[in-house]
Amino acid sequence: MDLTILLFLVQDGVTNGAIYALLGFALVLVFAVTRIIFIPQGEFVAYGALTYAMLQAGHVPGTAYLLPIFALIALLFDLYAERSRITGGFLIRQGIEKIVVPLALLFAARELAGVSTIASLVLTVAIVSALGPHLYRIAFQPLADRSVLVLLIAAVGTHLALTGLGLVFFGAEGLRADALTDFSVDLGPLPVSGQNIAVYAATLLLIAGLYWFFERTVQGKALRATAVNRLGARLVGIRTKGTGKVALALAAGIGAVSGVLLAPMTTIYYDTGFVIGLKGFVAAIIGGLASYPLTAAAAITVGLIESFSSFFASDYKEVIVFTLLIPVLLVRSFTGKHTEDED
Amino acid sequence: MKYKFSLLAAACVAALAVSNASVKAEDGVLTVGATLSTTGPAAALGIPEKNALTLVPTEIGGLKVKLIVLDDAGDPTQATTNAKRLINDDKVDVILGSSTTPPTIAVSAVAFDAKVPHFGLGPMPITAGKERYTVVMPQPVPLMAAGLFDHMKKNNVKTVGMIGFSDSWGDLWLGQFKAAADKYGLKLVADERYARADTSVTGQVLKLVAAKPDAVLVAASGTGAALPQATLRERGYKGPIYQTHGAVSQDFIRIAGKAAEGVIMASGPDMLPEGQPDSALTKAPGLALVQAYEPKFGPRNQFAGHPWDAFEVLKRVIPVALKKAKPGTPEFREAIADALVTEKDIGASQGVYNFTATDRYGVDERARIMLTVKDGKFELIK
Repeated sequence: MDLTILLFLVQDGVTNGAIYALLGFALVLVFAVTRIIFIPQGEFVAYGALTYAMLQAGHVPGTAYLLPIFALIALLFDLYAERSRITGGFLIRQGIEKIVVPLALLFAARELAGVSTIASLVLTVAIVSALGPHLYRIAFQPLADRSVLVLLIAAVGTHLALTGLGLVFFGAEGLRADALTDFSVDLGPLPVSGQNIAVYAATLLLIAGLYWFFERTVQGKALRATAVNRLGARLVGIRTKGTGKVALALAAGIGAVSGVLLAPMTTIYYDTGFVIGLKGFVAAIIGGLASYPLTAAAAITVGLIESFSSFFASDYKEVIVFTLLIPVLLVRSFTGKHTEDED
Repeated sequence: MKYKFSLLAAACVAALAVSNASVKAEDGVLTVGATLSTTGPAAALGIPEKNALTLVPTEIGGLKVKLIVLDDAGDPTQATTNAKRLINDDKVDVILGSSTTPPTIAVSAVAFDAKVPHFGLGPMPITAGKERYTVVMPQPVPLMAAGLFDHMKKNNVKTVGMIGFSDSWGDLWLGQFKAAADKYGLKLVADERYARADTSVTGQVLKLVAAKPDAVLVAASGTGAALPQATLRERGYKGPIYQTHGAVSQDFIRIAGKAAEGVIMASGPDMLPEGQPDSALTKAPGLALVQAYEPKFGPRNQFAGHPWDAFEVLKRVIPVALKKAKPGTPEFREAIADALVTEKDIGASQGVYNFTATDRYGVDERARIMLTVKDGKFELIK
C-alpha cells in the first residue's frame, strides 16, 4: 500500500460516494414529502443508465414506450377520480400532461436516438423524470394518507414491478455507455477523468440546486410545509396531492442523472439499481432520512469504506458496508427523540 | 342469477374437460417438458435457452414433439414444483432444465424419484447411486479449467492472481485452481472477490497489480466478467488475462471493448463452429444451431447450445427406445435411460457425448475450444 494506491482508492471511493449521495438525496426528499421509503429509487438509476446507453447506441429505449403507457394508466385513474367534475380546462391540462408530452418524448427519442451525446443526455433525463409523477399517481396517490408501513409495502411492490419491466424492456444482459468526454488531467500520479469531474460537479450542483429549491422557491417551501404537516399545509391552501408528484419527478430526475453518470463507469443490468439504491439508503438512514448534508457526508464515507474494504478484504466488502447500519441504528434509537408514527 | 351461475359452472366443467383431454398421453407424440430460468438473476441463461427451444425439431423418429416450457426464475423451490407439474400433470417423457446449478439439482431429484429421463442444462454434481436418469449437457468445470491451466503452463506462467465473483462460481474456480495448482506448477499470489452489481473493482485490481502475477484469472460470468478485464488494462496490467467459459459471449466483447483484445478463454465449441476442422463431430450441429439462431435472436451464445444438444441426443436415443416401448409409458422412459448409455459418440454443438452408467457428463476434450479476441472478434487458439 503506497501513496498512489491510497490516492486511487480515495478517488474511487469519493466518486462512488458522490453517486450514493445523489441517491441518498432522492430518498430523503421523497421520504420528507410523502413518507414513502422509496425502494424503487435504484430502478430510476438503472432506467436512466440503460436509457442513456441505448439512446447513445442509436436504439429507441423501452422507457420511451413505457412512458406513454404509464401516462395513459395515470390518465384513466384521474378521469375516474374526477368523473363527476370534469371541465374543459381539466381535460386540456390532462391531455397535455399525459398524452402530448409522453408522445412528444417518444417521437423525440425515435428521431434523436444516436444523434449526439447531449441529445441522449437531455432525453434520458426528460423521459425518466417524466415517469416519476405517473408512477406516483398510479402506485402511491391512492394510498397517500395511509401509514408508512403500507407505503413501504407499495414501494417494494413498485420495485419488483419496475425490475420486471426492466428485464422486458432492456433484456438480461448489461449495457455500458461511452464516456461523456475523453478529457483527463493528471494530478500527480492520479489521472482524473472528465467523467469523475462530471460526477463531482453534478453532486455539488444538485446540493446547491436542492438548497435553492427548498429555501427560495414557493414550490419548494410548499413541499417542506407538506412534509412538516400535511393537514396544516392543506389548511393554508397548498395542494398536497401535487407535492407527491413533484417529489417523485425530482427523485426520478436525480435517478436519471446518476444513471447517466454511472453508465460509462460500469456495466449496468436491469437489476443493478437495487444494490446501488441500498447503499444510497444506508447513507440516507445515517442522515436520519432528514438531513441532506449529513446524507452527503455519510454517502462519501460509505463510498470510501467500500473502496478500502474492496482493497483489503474484497470477500467481505458488502458485509462491511451494510454492517455499518447496525451501530448507526443503535445510536439513533438510543439518542434520537421518538415521534410515534400513526401506525 | 341462477342462470348465470350454471353458465359459469358449465364453463368450468368444459375447461376441466379440455385440460383433462390435453394431459392424456397421446399416441405418436413425444412430450418434452422444460423448466428454465427465463426471469430472475439467471435470465441471461434462461432466455437464450428458451429461444433455442423454438428451433428444435418438431418431429423425432416419427413422433410429433410436444414441448412445454415453464419458468422457475432460478428458484429451486419453483423448479421442483414445475418438475412435479410436468411429470404428474403433463406426463412428460423427458424433462429438461433448469438453467443454473441449484434448480437443476432440484429437478434432478424429482426426475430420479419419478424415473423420468432428465437433461440438466446447468452443471451439477451427481450423487453416487442417483445417476440413472440424469445427464448433464454443459461441460464440467474441471474439463474447462484444465484447458486454461494447460495454456498457462505452456506459456511459462508461474504465478496467478485471481479475481472472481463472490458467489459459488468464484468459489468453484478457486477450488479448481487449488486442486490443480501443483500439477501445473502454478502459485496463487492474490485472491480477490467482487459482485456482479459492483460499480467499481478498482480496489481489487490495484491489489492484483501490486502482487505482480504472471497472469490473471477472472472467474466471472456474462458481461460481469468485462469489468475487471477493462479495469486491469486501465490500471496498466500488461500480462495475459484468462477468462472462464462463463464469460464467452459477444456481449463481453461489446462491453470490454479494446480491453478484450488478446484475452484467453476456454469455451464450448458452439461459439465458433466455422473455425473447426470438417472432421469434428461438433461442427455440423454447431453450424446448424448458429445458422438457425443468429438471424432470429441475435448473437450466438453458449447457453442456446445446451437445450439444442439435448435434442441432438434425443434424436439418437428416441428411435432406439421406440423399438422397445410406446411413448407415455414407464417402459419407454426406462428404454430412453438405457439408450442414453448404449448410444456412443453422439455429436452435438457443445461436445461429443459418451454417457456411461457413472459419467453423466459424457464429454472429453472435444467439448472445449480455446478462444482469444482479435479485432473485436473471437478467434481460435490452435
